[in-house]
Amino acid sequence: MTETIRTDAEPLVEITLHVNGVKHTAAAPTRRLLSDFLRHELRLTGTHVGCEHGVCGACTVLVDGTPMRSCLMFAVTAQDYEITTVEGLAEHVEDSGNGNPPGAITIMPTMSPVQQAFIECHGLQCGFCTPGFLTTITAYLRENPDPTETEAREAISGNLCRCTGYQNIVKSVIRAAEIAKERGVGA
Amino acid sequence: MTTKLFGAPVQRREDPRLVSGNGRYLDDLGQSALAAAFVRSPYAHARILDIDVTDAIEIPGVIAIYTYEDLDGKTAERLPLLIPHPDLTNPMTGYCLSREVVKHVGEAVVMVVASDRYVAEDACQCIKVDYEQLAVVVGLENSRAAEALVHAEAPGNVAAHMVQEVGDTAAAIAAAPHRLDLSFQIERSASMPMEGKGVYARWDGDEQSIRLYSSTQTSTGVRAAVAAKLGMPLAKVECIAPDVGGGFGVKIVHPWAEEVLIPWAARRLDAEVKWVEDRREHFISSAHERAQLQEVEVGFDDAGRVLGLSVKFWHDNGAYTPYGIIVPIITSTQLLGPYKPGAYRCEFFSMYTNTVMVTPYRGAGRPQGVFAMERTMDAIADYLGLDRTDVRSANFIQVEDMPYDHGLLFQDGRPLMYDSGDFPASLAKLKDLVGWDDFAAYRKRAEAEGRRVGLGIGCYVEGTGVGPYEGGHIQIETSGRVNVSTGLTSQGQGHQTVFAQIVADELGVSIDDVFVTTGDTRRFGYAVGTFASRAAVMSGNAIALAARSVREKALRIAGEALEVDPGDLEIVDGIVRVKGDAESSIALATVAVMSNPLRYAFDESAQAATQFAGGTTDYSKPPVADGEEPGLEGKEYYSPTQATFANGMHAAIVETDPETAEITILRYCVIHDCGRMINPMIVEGQVHGGVAQGVGGALYERMVYDDAGQLLNASFMDFLMPYASEVPHIETDHLETPSPLNPLGIKGAGEAGCIPVSAVIASAIEDAEGFPITSMPISPDELWDLRRRHAEGLIPDLRRGSMTTTNAPKPTKT
Repeated sequence: MTETIRTDAEPLVEITLHVNGVKHTAAAPTRRLLSDFLRHELRLTGTHVGCEHGVCGACTVLVDGTPMRSCLMFAVTAQDYEITTVEGLAEHVEDSGNGNPPGAITIMPTMSPVQQAFIECHGLQCGFCTPGFLTTITAYLRENPDPTETEAREAISGNLCRCTGYQNIVKSVIRAAEIAKERGVGA
Repeated sequence: MTTKLFGAPVQRREDPRLVSGNGRYLDDLGQSALAAAFVRSPYAHARILDIDVTDAIEIPGVIAIYTYEDLDGKTAERLPLLIPHPDLTNPMTGYCLSREVVKHVGEAVVMVVASDRYVAEDACQCIKVDYEQLAVVVGLENSRAAEALVHAEAPGNVAAHMVQEVGDTAAAIAAAPHRLDLSFQIERSASMPMEGKGVYARWDGDEQSIRLYSSTQTSTGVRAAVAAKLGMPLAKVECIAPDVGGGFGVKIVHPWAEEVLIPWAARRLDAEVKWVEDRREHFISSAHERAQLQEVEVGFDDAGRVLGLSVKFWHDNGAYTPYGIIVPIITSTQLLGPYKPGAYRCEFFSMYTNTVMVTPYRGAGRPQGVFAMERTMDAIADYLGLDRTDVRSANFIQVEDMPYDHGLLFQDGRPLMYDSGDFPASLAKLKDLVGWDDFAAYRKRAEAEGRRVGLGIGCYVEGTGVGPYEGGHIQIETSGRVNVSTGLTSQGQGHQTVFAQIVADELGVSIDDVFVTTGDTRRFGYAVGTFASRAAVMSGNAIALAARSVREKALRIAGEALEVDPGDLEIVDGIVRVKGDAESSIALATVAVMSNPLRYAFDESAQAATQFAGGTTDYSKPPVADGEEPGLEGKEYYSPTQATFANGMHAAIVETDPETAEITILRYCVIHDCGRMINPMIVEGQVHGGVAQGVGGALYERMVYDDAGQLLNASFMDFLMPYASEVPHIETDHLETPSPLNPLGIKGAGEAGCIPVSAVIASAIEDAEGFPITSMPISPDELWDLRRRHAEGLIPDLRRGSMTTTNAPKPTKT
């Protein structure tokens, strides 16, 4: 019916976020959700949007270490915090094996205990809800490093998954705690 | 020898990418594309009088606004009827954008394209549409009453009427020693994948071609439909299903209006355009399933053997029928489960309502059919005072009856003929697992503590791996990398892993060298799609056949090079070697080099295949022999004569709170037989997920429409999908009865878990409460209401003759 060539958009503001230890600055309208800003301005598309009303938990990121629904926050309000997304969960560990010359050590990105546990326990199928579970469980295990199965189930009961029936996600929580212990690190 | 991967719980090849945020779902693509948003009808049935876009077009960033009047060519015609059927006498499909009249809340009326989604939605809010409201039809009772019509073209609101009968059912029932008349009801739920639909189109003006990405279960289907709608040659349209965040049936429907409109707009605007469905849109403009009213008449003997079974049901198909009558056909055929009634008649009416259309959701009509059949089995057992498992056993098709032809036509238009299965063995395993024979004692102890518990059971058979076909292509690169492609799509089933397991085993290569691509028409153009638990059966077998053909070619070439009989060769860890003489060998990568005679070398290894490289050459033969093709690759198709039938049996123990009527699942046990399992870890995951969706359908999920056709619970806040706190621990055990129909002996597993759950939970609640449960889902307040009506004498007691019950006092009045 109608086509227009106007492309002048609404006013933008500079937004600076600290994400996964890196400072990012991008221009966006003040109403831009944190989830959309991470995904579309910063191109950190690992954070997923499943419902846009804070129920499903797929968009969960850590805000100063606390799980928050990034679809319920504006990007501008997140500027004073350290944000961790799924892209920031992998650890950087010293690796002295696998083809390195004797004595040489390289720093390799390695799956975090929670990521590793999800792989081992088949804790994901389509993977869409998974980033929200990973961030949620990472924060949970920092405070509760040795959960029972009941506690593990309770810990993930704020996130929706339509594929797995949660059985293997519960297992992943327990396994992640074990891996963290084996490695002598936190989740 | 390489460890066999088929049958092993191999960790998924997909996962390192997906757990680190490196998946690529639809909305992760096209970051600079224009964004589309839709104005959708707020009314269930209304005539569009006027559309005023004056204010919207003034909004900075708005690029284009389209209504039905703007559509041209075939985009202005109705969307296709995907699966016609002679009994679907009044099929109806919608338009890409509403033409004059809207038929349900959520129909797309106006499309806005803007610089970003926020702006597009602003514009949608500024568009004024005037409607004249028309009479609304909601619910099967109103549809049957037909005081108003959804479509003038469908008298009585009937889309389809179908009857199938084997034997003289009326006579068999009339002659039977016992007879029961039963009525059942199932409400609506929906697939509800965590990622909604989405489409992203890139128009290439130089090449006059479209590349389309869609969160779909069939990229080949979308490609063909879009090419037809846009009047483009198929060769100029590519469709790719990227990572897809769940499907469960809703994404097999195609083309969705948006799948046509987005590439249409991209071509018209010479730009990239993307649309990503939001959650409310998914609730009101995608598809639902399940709702049926059922009437069962059954005649049986003293042992509970069903002599005649007559089923009549009404199926709510919503406002349109693009997917034909597949769902009610499946209900009417798969209702029979593992049983062989003496005579069977099934009649159904598929009915229009002014609601979101109904298309397959995981289980696809089976949960309803199984509900009718299993409730009937329980009713027979209760009537006769027999154990519920004994009545089922009396009706089982036996191993020696296989293959068993029911004499009906299945959803693929082919005979409903079971290929294999051992139902008595499955039942025995289930009774062991749940402790069936010990339940009476358990119940007695529970009752002594003032608790109310019940045991339920449900059996099903699932036709899986329906045709017509799938294909597989395998290419071994000169690096040794093995590229595998198949046309059907993935939504989390682990295809990149299970297909790689098959190929690694068949070829004798490391799984680390195998790379699987699905759902990309650039790689494989012929396919049907991922639905009906068919991917492993169809593509798995096609890929296995392709691997065998590539292996044969590799052995032939290697045999010539090593001057040995190909029959004396084996491939281990990517090395072709003489059996018993590992020294005499050649790498598969080198065979790949030799398979392609070269004029020009591109690297050092390729020099071996160039024309002056030496070696003995027979100058009487061409470099590429007759009947041969260059390259170490092969393509095969698998097209079975019929579906292969998986089966399963579930049992649950529930507790119902005597005061609050809260329903808790204490135990949930699954016996599952899907033939040989490629990856038991993944099969188990599929079963878990299915059971969870079944639990949702049994206890929590329903689509609540008011009389005006408004969906009242169109959000995750109000539509109650189970969280981890609602899904019980699931105990599973497997039987592996290989399918005789395909080379790998496999059957599908995708849908299985959800199929009997409503029947099982109803059976268990009924057993706990002592009165019939005939309608699902059931919530605590509904159970509480049933108790009240039971206490008032409006609902009869069960006879409670079953050996799994104690002589418990009648449930207390509340």
